[in-house]
Amino acid sequence: MSLVLRAAVAEREVELDLEVADGETLALVGPNGAGKSTALSLIAGTLRPSSGSVSLDGRVLADARTWVPPHDRRITTLSPDPVLFPHLGVLGNVMFPLRAQGVPRRDARRRAEEHLAELGLSALADRRPAQLSGGQAQRVAIARALAADPRLLLLDEPMAALDIDVAPALREQLCRFLAGRTAIIVTHDVLDALALADRVAVLEQGRVVDSGASAEVLSRPRSAFAARLAGLNLVHGRWDGRRIVLEDGGSLPAASDLTPDTAALAAFRPSAVRLVEPGQGLPRTVRSLTPHGDLVRVRTEDLAADLSLQDAAARHLAPGTEVHLAVDAVDVTTYLA
Amino acid sequence: MRTLPRWILLPAGLGALFVVLPLVAMAARVEWGEFGALLTSESSLSALRLSLQTSLTSAAACVLLGVPLALVLARSDARGTGLLRALVLIPLVLPPVVGGIALLYAFGRQGLLGRHLEVLGLQIAFSTTAVVLAQTFVALPFLVLSLEGALRTAGTRYEQAAASLGARPSRVLTHVTLPLVLPALLSGTVLSFARALGEFGATITFAGSLQGTTRTLPLEIYLQRESDPEAAVALSFVLMLVAIAVILLAHRRRVA
Amino acid sequence: MRRLSRVTAAAAAGAMLLAGCGGGTEDPADDPVTLQVFAAASLQEPFEELGEQFEAEHEDVTVEFSFAGSSTLVEQILQGAPADVFASADTKNMDKLTEAGLEAADPVDFTTNTLMIAVPAGNPAGVTDLASLTGALNLVVCAPEVPCGAATATVEEAAGLEFAPVSEEQSVTDVLNKVTSGEADAGLVYVTDVAKAGDEVEGIEFPEAQEAVNTYPITTVDDSAEPELGQEFVDLVTAEQGQETLAGYGFGGA
Repeated sequence: MSLVLRAAVAEREVELDLEVADGETLALVGPNGAGKSTALSLIAGTLRPSSGSVSLDGRVLADARTWVPPHDRRITTLSPDPVLFPHLGVLGNVMFPLRAQGVPRRDARRRAEEHLAELGLSALADRRPAQLSGGQAQRVAIARALAADPRLLLLDEPMAALDIDVAPALREQLCRFLAGRTAIIVTHDVLDALALADRVAVLEQGRVVDSGASAEVLSRPRSAFAARLAGLNLVHGRWDGRRIVLEDGGSLPAASDLTPDTAALAAFRPSAVRLVEPGQGLPRTVRSLTPHGDLVRVRTEDLAADLSLQDAAARHLAPGTEVHLAVDAVDVTTYLA
Repeated sequence: MRTLPRWILLPAGLGALFVVLPLVAMAARVEWGEFGALLTSESSLSALRLSLQTSLTSAAACVLLGVPLALVLARSDARGTGLLRALVLIPLVLPPVVGGIALLYAFGRQGLLGRHLEVLGLQIAFSTTAVVLAQTFVALPFLVLSLEGALRTAGTRYEQAAASLGARPSRVLTHVTLPLVLPALLSGTVLSFARALGEFGATITFAGSLQGTTRTLPLEIYLQRESDPEAAVALSFVLMLVAIAVILLAHRRRVA
Repeated sequence: MRRLSRVTAAAAAGAMLLAGCGGGTEDPADDPVTLQVFAAASLQEPFEELGEQFEAEHEDVTVEFSFAGSSTLVEQILQGAPADVFASADTKNMDKLTEAGLEAADPVDFTTNTLMIAVPAGNPAGVTDLASLTGALNLVVCAPEVPCGAATATVEEAAGLEFAPVSEEQSVTDVLNKVTSGEADAGLVYVTDVAKAGDEVEGIEFPEAQEAVNTYPITTVDDSAEPELGQEFVDLVTAEQGQETLAGYGFGGA
């Protein structure tokens, strides 16, 4: 195990249990205020735990008796804001961690230039941070973080401040660099979680409510947040052998080898939902209609359905309209609650 | 300038006039014919040399003491910080003569620290060291004020980023914190130097007045008023020129 | 420099001008009148006493003093400050007034002051006479540019000695302060200063002091708002009563 975080911060009502294996990238997701920043701060060393411990590569970084300051942890954080040093040029910024390690100036320069080349930034070496665009600055920040050669890389929503058309290229570069590196990425973007991370941990109200391989967590979400992130409908009910019976009495068809009469979760895509006649499906009220590519996403109290534009128009849907939703068993994934 | 409301030019102009008019009036009184002779007299040169020496030393002392002080005040949230800041800024409001008296009580022959130094054979009063002490005492708050404000504004995010990249606290201080507030450090140093140059009350009370040892330019000017007012005006003019030169020099470097 | 509000003085002068008095006309008897007396700092105590006396003898008259170094005072008068009476600590500064033609009457010498050695109580450096001032001690004197400094230089020469002071102060009060605080082992001040300092200071006389007697002249100032009143004050000072008061503080005869 590379990183082991089993610590709590009482005054923030956060109690965490996280592990990241060597070479693995973990995506940390959750609603705002769930404790993601707290987790990063505990790991980076800008926050002390009130109990528990943080350790990396078997070395205790923080517990009741020990405290390793941030600069000794070999953990580098990337924030949405690149925080490039304004008084140094691009090259100077990338050289900074190397010089901090005691690397002689000439070697530091050479290695920094290599890092810049790896990210395709060689042309910017002589620029000042103020002359860079948001995307360029963030890439320089990545080069600088890589130059620090950390044992653990923390990425705090690194693309949050970037234009949407710059993000894909950066994501692709990150994907290459995170391979083989131990990293934690905090993100609100499901694409980051899937493309960059091996595992996902879902935080809600200061606790880890779900964790596992990215594909697994995002195709079989166990929390409302994860379901929203994955773009899936999620219901909680009882598997009676043929159907998932919901609390309000309604039910969904499903196919599962779970033992009958067990609490179960069922997930299905909005695009698999059909609008049916009253009496045949789950009664719901339309809350909102939003365009979704060439479809319309119809949101009700808890479930969403994707309809074609013509279909939505033909039914004269509007907020407040009563609808009945149904889905085929083959589209419902059932799993143990 | 275009975004300023027009009416602000009037009070701004009055402000400028208020400061410039007395200086121009003084310049008009200078006896230009005797200017050279007045300036190159032994007492004038001695005073000028002493003033420059002591002011430069005091400015350096202000940096050495003021930078750490400003750092502590800016970065500490301990409860005593507010009180410490208030104490450090007291020389700003204290009449310089009172400052001189306080220095006497501390470093004079019978002073709190002075009496022990006296036993060791070290006397501070009436020495050039006393002049530097007096100047540093009144000038230190200027440096601390300039720097602390800039440090607070700069915040700690660059320092946190630097630590995250593996830089030790000392390196962070010298390579990140201080370079980022260099303009404020420079302007604070210039202000301290200027204040030290013009220091009078504390010097004359604590250090005394003796040509070549403790009679700095302001003391010489004040003394010359007794017997030769023209010399006093000429020397005042020189003091003004030195101050202007220093400020222009520092400002030019900042812009660059 | 101690004085009672220059602003008040200027305002009072302004008020008098506005009241329509040019130079020299008498106010109606029941308007309060202020007499501005500019006097050397060493004259503070005796003059304040005489001022009280003057106010007691003259109804509705307030005497306002400006005590400062004589050269500062004469410069202020030359720049137009509203003084009615000027008393200087030496003739040099009074000459500046007469050279500018600003005296309303011929200056009158009204008192003298001689130098004295002042040592802190207990005489830590064991000073006995003028010659011992050249020893290894902290000697503080007035700078030659001020009256007491000029007197010191004269005394030095008369005794054939050469002093090496650690400080040459701007005013005799500063010299005295350095002695009373113990920073100086000895200082040359006026007899009146030693008297003023009481127990904190011991005075040592020396014969050469007679070589440098400071003569204090006094006169009314030209263009004063109260020339007659000013003259009455001068008369009080030069009369027996004034002389007695001055002697009580250590001043010498005129």
